[in-house]
Amino acid sequence: MTRSIPSTSLSIALTGSGGAGVMTAGQTLLDAAASCGFYGLMTRSTGPQIRGGEAAAMIRLSSKPVQSPGDRFDILLALDFENIQRFAAELPLDSASLIVADSAAGEMPGFLKDSGAAVGLVPMAKLAKGVPGGRVSMIALGVLARLLGLPESAIVAAVAASIGRKKPEALAASEKAVLIGAEAAPQVSVAKLAQPSAPSQRRWSITGNEATGFGALKGGVKFVGGYPITPATEILEWMAHALPQCGGVLMQAEDELASINMIIGASYGGAPSLTATAGPGLSLMIESLGLAVAAEIPLVVVDVMRSGPSTGIATKSEQSDLNIAVYGLHGDAPHVVTAPLSVADCLVTAQWSVHLAESLQTPVIMLSDQSLGQARVVIDRPDDVVFPTKRLVPEGPVDGYERYVLTESGVSPMAVPGFAGGQHTADGLTHNARGAPSSQASDHVGQLDKRQRKLDAFDFGERWAEIDGEGELAVLTWGSSSEPLREAIAEARACGVKVKRIALRLIAPAQPARLAAALAGVKRVLVVEQSHAGQFWRYLRANYDLPADVVPIRCPGPLPIRPGEAFAHIQEGARA
Amino acid sequence: MSEAERPGAPPKFASVAEFFAQALAIEEEAAERYGLLADQMEAHHNKEIAAIFRRMASVEGEHRDEIARRAGDALVEGRPASFSWTGPDGPEATDFGQLHYLMTPRQALRLARFNEERAVKYYEAVAAAAIDPAIAAFAAEMAQDERNHVAWVDQWLAKFAPDEPGWDEDPDPPVYSE
Amino acid sequence: MNMIPAAEKAFKPADYKSTVKPVWCPGCGDHSVLLAFQRALAELALPPEEVAVVSGIGCSSRIPAYTNCYGFHGVHGRSLALASGLKVARPDLTVLVASGDGDGFSIGGNHFLHACRRNIDLTYVVMDNRIYGMTKGQPSPTTEPDWDTAIAPGGTGLSPFHPLVIALASGANFIARGFSGDVGGCARLIVEAIKTPGFSFVQILSPCVTFRKDQQKAWKTLVHEAIVPETDDPARAARRLMTDDGFNVGVLYRGKRQPYQPKPLASFAPSHLESEFAV
Repeated sequence: MTRSIPSTSLSIALTGSGGAGVMTAGQTLLDAAASCGFYGLMTRSTGPQIRGGEAAAMIRLSSKPVQSPGDRFDILLALDFENIQRFAAELPLDSASLIVADSAAGEMPGFLKDSGAAVGLVPMAKLAKGVPGGRVSMIALGVLARLLGLPESAIVAAVAASIGRKKPEALAASEKAVLIGAEAAPQVSVAKLAQPSAPSQRRWSITGNEATGFGALKGGVKFVGGYPITPATEILEWMAHALPQCGGVLMQAEDELASINMIIGASYGGAPSLTATAGPGLSLMIESLGLAVAAEIPLVVVDVMRSGPSTGIATKSEQSDLNIAVYGLHGDAPHVVTAPLSVADCLVTAQWSVHLAESLQTPVIMLSDQSLGQARVVIDRPDDVVFPTKRLVPEGPVDGYERYVLTESGVSPMAVPGFAGGQHTADGLTHNARGAPSSQASDHVGQLDKRQRKLDAFDFGERWAEIDGEGELAVLTWGSSSEPLREAIAEARACGVKVKRIALRLIAPAQPARLAAALAGVKRVLVVEQSHAGQFWRYLRANYDLPADVVPIRCPGPLPIRPGEAFAHIQEGARA
Repeated sequence: MSEAERPGAPPKFASVAEFFAQALAIEEEAAERYGLLADQMEAHHNKEIAAIFRRMASVEGEHRDEIARRAGDALVEGRPASFSWTGPDGPEATDFGQLHYLMTPRQALRLARFNEERAVKYYEAVAAAAIDPAIAAFAAEMAQDERNHVAWVDQWLAKFAPDEPGWDEDPDPPVYSE
Repeated sequence: MNMIPAAEKAFKPADYKSTVKPVWCPGCGDHSVLLAFQRALAELALPPEEVAVVSGIGCSSRIPAYTNCYGFHGVHGRSLALASGLKVARPDLTVLVASGDGDGFSIGGNHFLHACRRNIDLTYVVMDNRIYGMTKGQPSPTTEPDWDTAIAPGGTGLSPFHPLVIALASGANFIARGFSGDVGGCARLIVEAIKTPGFSFVQILSPCVTFRKDQQKAWKTLVHEAIVPETDDPARAARRLMTDDGFNVGVLYRGKRQPYQPKPLASFAPSHLESEFAV
């Protein structure tokens, strides 16, 4: 079985340093392509400097929606070679690739020479100097436009949209530079992108973090308390401007110990509440998450996972916070853990997470990650989803109100301050049905049973996982690993391989009956995840019955899982 | 607000009604306070002292009812327009800080006696400072009531032998609960 | 003292007490503080269901369950953060926060600084007994340097810090000190604290009869009314607070800072914001 070469997508990398404007140029390229009807994905990589460091913008353009990086780059345009070595592992190139470099850039680094790629030299810096106010990144965009077959006007329009009103002189200079760059493009043939046949009228350009924020808003969040941390800060910043437009407020906390407690307080006051953080922040929140479980307070914590452990690599992705999200709380503290399956899926999964939190009166940890949060995609506008979200509250006046009364569903009406007769003290101490502290065995067991029953009795619906296909071979994955696997599986199926795809959106509580049904007839399971220790694989083994033949595929960060490498695993897995 | 608010100053009343209102409040507060103390002692399994405080609460309650009867119609007219929950404790309210979970009956009764004595001094001061002879007379009556109470507590006290050293010894150390 | 039968006022102090009997040691100052809370709330005639009492962990933090208000007994040291979220989400509520010297000044120290800085309209009562009572007698940030304990034999040798000065430097708008031996006085301070907008900090010296038997008799003689009236000048307050003997009671500082209360700007549906993503 050979892999069909996709003709519907091209990947371009743009690198440079010292204020060259690589990130902005990458965004402009994506915007321009979007305006021409293309779909795309953009990710970024940088050095540690706050400004002026080496930077790489990686863009995949396609005539169909894509939400995963490709396997290789068709074009690398390097404005210079300063510390480009940093990105070597992230820029797979081969003999079919084209490297465009500045004639004056100096010796090409070994890894680029060794790739076998064709090279085209353009005196970009010199050309930029020839235009008053001209920027080398604009020359580069002109080159790329010509190589990709995008009209220069699209590039100029994209530049105008971002700076046009503020700096008309800069716009004029940019336009000139783009045109000059286009004329100077190497005369090399690069696979051209097929024009989308019928681009949807309504498309979005959005990052995973923005989608998370928007989903939370649609879910009804009215209070956010948060502390900045890479790569989650954009969620807080987006919500800081959006939430007050929709009747809510955001407050910056002094640390994550404060942010989790602020949202507990706000939720106790009746407001659906959320915070966003990353691994180190989630670690700090663990104690108070237990409080929210014990006191039955609805809330959502978005963990935009990054490479760990400890401070790790803040700007790189990994799926290694599963353990702490599921197991981190001391005591027996069942709660909900969700994970969006793609950048676009961040929206509805965040919305769903709010729904689950409010319905179950419990914390929900949503495991997003850097590869979703900070990636920008151009996609079709997602369909609106509506959840019947309603926090259970006392219906009318109550006599002898019991906040934690044992019910069949495990969910008890939650009186909100202001409701006369509903006064109670919410407590992390083990308590009886009234909420009074109790060390009695019957109360401890009764409340443990109740909180477990809440989750067991709840119908999470079809959204718990994406399942498609049939076969004796199944791929089982979760969260952000789902997209590259989906592409790989599509290709495998196109080659005649029968493989079932199961991508979990609900990590906890485990759904053994549902997975058993999904695995009916499956003889071999490939478990794919971005974790060195195989956290997902071990979680499955602890909570689910799996066929005897399980192949754990553990890909630690920081590099993304690419469809090609996933395809190779499927190929291997398909052998008897 | 009556000048009784200011600690140390002899209280002055604008009317008999105000005087009785104050007297009622003193007994009410004393009764409530003894009730709280009894609750504390019950929670700490000192039943003997809890019973003493409950009895005192009941006595203060009876005294309150007696004052209400005596005041009769005087209470209905001319009530002070404003009052405050934030004034100092009345003369018969026990200071919370005086309790000990192992306290003896003698100690509890000495607290009660101290309260009654303070009430005597209070009413004597009121009587001395009163411009209205009716108030002075009522205050003198109240002072005598309280002297009777002192005597009654003394009789009760006499039933108990002096406290032995080691009354506050508990072989068990303090424990954690959180 | 209470003047006339309570029929004239909307609420009596007893209306703010739950049926749960406090388990504080007989002799503990916190009993007085509970009564002071009740009296203050009755004085302000606040409906119990519109008051929330938020606490952390420790003997003092048990107070919410003893009131008939809404309560939250959270984790150690984080009551101010929880109360801040609650008040910002529900500005209509009166939010009281209760803590001790360990919960409030040690593990809660950072939140204390930022709560003062934010100046959200909260009333923070710290029952200071200069010891960790619940865990059987460890030194707290306000314990004297030579106080002997099992965990720090001979004393810590560390000077206690000045919570009132810290509050002032961090931006608290109202600073007061009380003594549990004067229930009415504490009630008055709490009334003033609630009435003053912004972050009101009331340190109440509240003796621990079990682990600090030395305190009761001593403190009774040491506390005294502040000689000078309250000030609204932070510099003057700083000098006074820095040099006071720790037993000065009354309202010591009352500033003019506006309370922090972020408000929504509009009530659009989320779809209103969609256009920012449109290609």
